[in-house]
Amino acid sequence: MTKPLLKVEGLKKYFPVKKGPLGRVRGHVKAVDGVSFDVYPGETLGIVGESGCGKSTTGRMLMRLLEPTEGRIEFDGRELTGLGPEEMRKVRRDIQMVFQDPFASLNPRHTVGKILEEPLIVHGVKDAADRKKKVREFLDIVGLSGYHASRYPHQFSGGQRQRIGIARALMTNPKLIIADEPVSALDVSIQSQVLNLMQDLQREFGLTYIFIAHDLGVVRHISDRVGVMYLGRLVELADSEALYDKPLHPYTQALLSAVPVPDPGFEREQIVLEGDIPSPANPPSGCTFHTRCPFRMDVCITTVPILRQTDTGHSVACHLYGGEADGNDNKTLVTEGSI
Amino acid sequence: MTQLATNQSPDIPEGKTAGPWREAWTGFKKSKAALAGAFIVLFFVALALVGPLIAPEGINEQDITKRLMAPSSAHWFGTDDLGRDILSRVIHGSRISLWVGFFSVIGSVVVGSALGIIAGYYGRWVDTVISRLFDIMLAFPSILLAIAIVSVLGPSLRNALIAIAVINVPNFGRLIRSKVLSIKQDEYITAARGIGMRDTRILFSHILPNSMAPVIVQGTLAVATAILEAAALGFLGLGAQAPAPEWGKMLADARNYLRDAPWTMIFPGLAIMLTVLGFNLMGDGLRDALDPRMKN
Repeated sequence: MTKPLLKVEGLKKYFPVKKGPLGRVRGHVKAVDGVSFDVYPGETLGIVGESGCGKSTTGRMLMRLLEPTEGRIEFDGRELTGLGPEEMRKVRRDIQMVFQDPFASLNPRHTVGKILEEPLIVHGVKDAADRKKKVREFLDIVGLSGYHASRYPHQFSGGQRQRIGIARALMTNPKLIIADEPVSALDVSIQSQVLNLMQDLQREFGLTYIFIAHDLGVVRHISDRVGVMYLGRLVELADSEALYDKPLHPYTQALLSAVPVPDPGFEREQIVLEGDIPSPANPPSGCTFHTRCPFRMDVCITTVPILRQTDTGHSVACHLYGGEADGNDNKTLVTEGSI
Repeated sequence: MTQLATNQSPDIPEGKTAGPWREAWTGFKKSKAALAGAFIVLFFVALALVGPLIAPEGINEQDITKRLMAPSSAHWFGTDDLGRDILSRVIHGSRISLWVGFFSVIGSVVVGSALGIIAGYYGRWVDTVISRLFDIMLAFPSILLAIAIVSVLGPSLRNALIAIAVINVPNFGRLIRSKVLSIKQDEYITAARGIGMRDTRILFSHILPNSMAPVIVQGTLAVATAILEAAALGFLGLGAQAPAPEWGKMLADARNYLRDAPWTMIFPGLAIMLTVLGFNLMGDGLRDALDPRMKN
């Protein structure tokens, strides 16, 4: 097996909750609570989950735009969590990010040319003519034109702006691109264009993606492997096909049953979860999903399930699959009213 | 669907196109009041620049035989109690007032911006210290604080300028601090950190230019108040000293002759009023042009 490009172990982010006039810490919001996964060169790892499950926080911690509370991030054989600001700054050349909101992530007072040039300046490309040439080259690559360099972001549409954001991420020839919901702010018709562009770029430059999204359809389209997050924890991690064909975790099953199908005649049983997502400031004991799980057992309330492999390339954190992986198939089909 | 227009945006003509500043200028031009204000300001700036060349007399050419003469073809604005030509003194006075106005505001902007940026960007206790300092300064009525500062430093035009600069610092400081606080949360700042930019570059290349619009507006309006404050200090004898033709000082000197020779007071007063009006109109126009909420 090839060596992972990125190895994340036990990543945690606790945000302190301050209350009272003295700002004393009265507890923590456990935004990310012990997430581990590997990313291999050239693959796309999708991370999905509801809003507030910690997927964006995870993405930002990987670049150390947010400081992890705990955990290890090993990128390309180097431990990132202990690096000083200047060393980390240099590592960022190899890890770039594409942001969700193409309107907010581009400085409105800079021309597109300047926005794209900046990563090169920051990483020490001295020759101005070289930089300009590269800007034009990458504008072409992402489907814009060289003359767009003198324009300002507000003169572009959402899809075009996202192309600019992608071009900015590519400027330094990164190895890993973390895309934080790169298409969720775009119209559906534009989404597929941008996704196709990202796939083309992956092939052309041998990029590795971490693709964060809440839209399962989008993630399926682009990902080789998919991780599902719930309340700051990874509950299931599997090859894309396996996850969509045979979801193991009850939460994944519920999520998948909510994906709209473009066929008005199609009927299926939708799993509607009861209750709301619990507050990450006061997560439930044991398995955090037990408050909403149709298959809750006693062990779920007391013991935190660990992410364990049940099949080749399929891991799940659920007590239903404790010990033996087989013989549980009946539980992957959900019956109504079992709570 | 695959070939949607990604390469051209037909609504934009090719080549160099409007940046945020040019767009603001287009908005500014639309307001007649703002243009009138800008015209008045330009007129006084020009007057200050070429004043000594066009003024009929110097600032202190006395002729006691011609004291307190009404406006005439020889002396358009009349003469004062020492027989000095008021028109010449008003023209020369524009230099003093604009000088005080501009430089005190520049001083407040520089100091206030620096403090505001530090407070806003670094936050925590630094922010607390600086913000409380501003609160303390704002707790005094500003003219009282200015009088106190001039009393300590000694009355002179330079000290009046320093006092006016100091009392305006917290206004700019708080303005910039709030702007930096909001810009700091914007995603393009995260993006800038993400591409590996250093803090100083982020501050100067991203945060500072984006927080300048309200400062320009506030600065223009502040020039007007600074001129008024300088005149007030001059009137109280704490600003420019005789024989400097400072407008406020001229008002104070003319006080005794108000009933017999009103022109000694009217013309310096008109000059103050017009300059302040000009800056205020221009500031209002700039605010409308630069405020994103006014755009659609």
